[in-house]
Amino acid sequence: MGTTNVNRRDVMKRATAAGLLAVPALGSLTSCATGGGEENKAEKGKKSADNPLAVKKDAELQVYIFNGGYDDKYARYVSDIYEKKYPDAKVDQKKTEKIATQTQPRIVKGDPPDVINNSGADNMNILSLVQNKQAADVSELLDAPSWDDPEVKVRDTFVPGVVEMGQFGSDAVYQLNVAQTVYGIWYSDTMLSKTLEVEYPKTWDEMLAVCKTAKKKGVHGWTYPAGHPRYMFFSMYAMFGQAGGRKQLEAMDYLEPNAWKSDAVKAVFEAYEELLAKKYVLQGFDGEKAHIEAQTAWTKGKAVFIPDGSWVENEAKPTTPKDFEMRVGATPSLDKGDAMPFGTLYAPPGEPFLIPEKAKNKQGGMEWMRMMYSKKAAQNFFREVSSMPVVKGAIDGLDLPPGVASSQKAIKAAGDNIVIAFFKEWYTALWNEEFNNVVGSFMNGDSSVKEAMNTMQKAADRVAKDPDVHKIKKA
Amino acid sequence: MRTRTRPDPSGPATQGTVPWRKLPPGDKLAFAVAVLLPPRFTPARVRADRRYRTLDKYRFIVGFLILPLAFYAVFVISPFFQAIYYSFTDWAGGATANFVGFDNYVKMWNDEKFWSSVQTSLLLLVFVPVVTLALGIFFAYMITAGGRHRRGEAVSGVVGSSFYKVVYFFPQVLSIALIAVVWQQVYSSRSGLLNGLLGEVGLGSLEQRWLGGDYKLGLFATMAVIAWSFVGFYVVLFSAAMGAIPKDIYEAALLDGAGRGATFFRVTLPLIWDTVRTGWIYMGIQALDAFAVVLIMVPGHVLKVTPVYLYERFREGQFGYATAIGVVLLVLSMAFTLIVMRIGRRETIEY
Repeated sequence: MGTTNVNRRDVMKRATAAGLLAVPALGSLTSCATGGGEENKAEKGKKSADNPLAVKKDAELQVYIFNGGYDDKYARYVSDIYEKKYPDAKVDQKKTEKIATQTQPRIVKGDPPDVINNSGADNMNILSLVQNKQAADVSELLDAPSWDDPEVKVRDTFVPGVVEMGQFGSDAVYQLNVAQTVYGIWYSDTMLSKTLEVEYPKTWDEMLAVCKTAKKKGVHGWTYPAGHPRYMFFSMYAMFGQAGGRKQLEAMDYLEPNAWKSDAVKAVFEAYEELLAKKYVLQGFDGEKAHIEAQTAWTKGKAVFIPDGSWVENEAKPTTPKDFEMRVGATPSLDKGDAMPFGTLYAPPGEPFLIPEKAKNKQGGMEWMRMMYSKKAAQNFFREVSSMPVVKGAIDGLDLPPGVASSQKAIKAAGDNIVIAFFKEWYTALWNEEFNNVVGSFMNGDSSVKEAMNTMQKAADRVAKDPDVHKIKKA
Repeated sequence: MRTRTRPDPSGPATQGTVPWRKLPPGDKLAFAVAVLLPPRFTPARVRADRRYRTLDKYRFIVGFLILPLAFYAVFVISPFFQAIYYSFTDWAGGATANFVGFDNYVKMWNDEKFWSSVQTSLLLLVFVPVVTLALGIFFAYMITAGGRHRRGEAVSGVVGSSFYKVVYFFPQVLSIALIAVVWQQVYSSRSGLLNGLLGEVGLGSLEQRWLGGDYKLGLFATMAVIAWSFVGFYVVLFSAAMGAIPKDIYEAALLDGAGRGATFFRVTLPLIWDTVRTGWIYMGIQALDAFAVVLIMVPGHVLKVTPVYLYERFREGQFGYATAIGVVLLVLSMAFTLIVMRIGRRETIEY
């Protein structure tokens, strides 16, 4: 039949009509993304002294590692241990820069990998995962015997803070960190002792004096990455604690009213205001690579101090002179009446891992983490990435680069006075957006101490009131 | 004449139509089956029916459209509806999404950060298309009609116009992420090309911390990059539109003594107006988006556009709230499109 009475106009007309009709018909298609998730049984083997976590010996294990500065070789080392212990099991280890993009859809679908290194810019909000019951409680692992000594539980091999960092308002532990970061004021010992011929300042007055000496020699006292102004937190946080005590830090963590308007916060901001007013700060490292630019200026001797974390030694390695003698200093005391002494250190565990609740090989995932916390894996981690593992004493006696050695010394000196900013982990936006904005305009001289405190308080109040943000209550 | 009891299989088609409900069930079935049957196997009495023609026509159209429509429905329409649905929930990425009514919209209404991002987006929406299109039209005009009059030609482009056309198009070839990264380097306060150049030519006083925290500077820098990256596309678009204008219209204008300015405003612009309007809408939507450039190039403490704010809410696991922002963005782009269509409406000139 050759004569179908259809012309172009008809086709267009019908196409439009069909398009309109298709719309309501699709109402039924909504509510797809939240579907899925039938109970799937985790694979389990037999529990024994050699297999305390009851791993199924031939079950495949899938591990996702964040492909950042740490690469994934340190994790491959652990996977190799796993495959050696369970020759019938294959470890499928993948690395990606996009952790959330790669793993979150699988978590939602109910088919997640067994171990996730939830790190990098594209990480998942751990609090949401905990709220959604998507992250597994790993208490079983923490109470299992450690890899190196069956008499010692895994949880007792950690430096302080690891367990607390994994808890979100209850006893259950959902997140496991493997590295310890030391934050503080970083400097070159050569610069301080040879060029400026001064001691590391223990009080803020001494700090100002050192900056003055530096200025006379044509060196700026401080620099910071203005493109990522939140770096200022790395030297400010311990000072909040020193000035206001743990009470002050808890008030920030638990979003208490006027936590950011206290005298302690005011004193710290005023200290830095003085630094700015006296033009001791080398400004203008803007943009995405600001931290590299600022660190390079610092290693080249253009500035004495930089607020930073212990990764800086590795990151700045290409530009660091041989005789630089990198050191981290604890933050100076503001006042004799400080609530916490000089030496108080902001040194939280970091580089988080988690095991999804619906992981098929949950036991295997925990076993993998148990291996990660073995001394040899911890030492290998240190060799690969130059970061301190959270396993107590794992790198004692090793030949440490100057920055790490001084970090270790700072941790020892701090003793019980290690502080951890939990709110930064719980309410990430409050730190990486709000604090970043506030301190950015403060350091640019665009807002006063009072404005900075007010804006920050407003932001904290907003988080406190936001029904979409699950709040952690004081235990 | 056709009778219902004794249909004539080879008889000529008749125009008599029996109402559908009076049709015997057998015929109804035959009609239903005929939807899928090729004409050759369709019973003649069905084929002879007038309604069969309509059926045949629709079947033909549907045959062509079913696949693309299905794709369109699944991949374009359904996400829209899902987004609208999720914007009324507190979905946080988990297996449950509770219906919360207008809570997300109320929250948005009271969210200062949302409004400040909207302010930035709206500023981009207003200024970027104007600048980009003006530049695009200007360059296109110079390329097609801005040159000196050569012998025998009413209009011609400036010298080297075909070369310029290619050069203007270069940014369009680069990925937007690359553009953002490159410009971020250009704007770098201490090691950037821009400040370096300014210092080099003795304009050191104009050096700025372009993306260092000043809102206005940051906005200006962002606008410049978006305009720069899209201008080439509009040069090509508008030169094509201008190329379609018959030369004799230009000749007539020339004979009447029209200069370049008059020719442009009286001849060229009115004749390409439809293209300009389309370009305006497209560019407006691009400016309202501006996601990649702002996310990659501009530090968060300098400024944020609404899509970046939306993205951050996603990252925080506030999926419901983020989709609500997405819905508002959708409404904004639609409103913009309608407004431009309305104010840009003119009589179409056919030539």
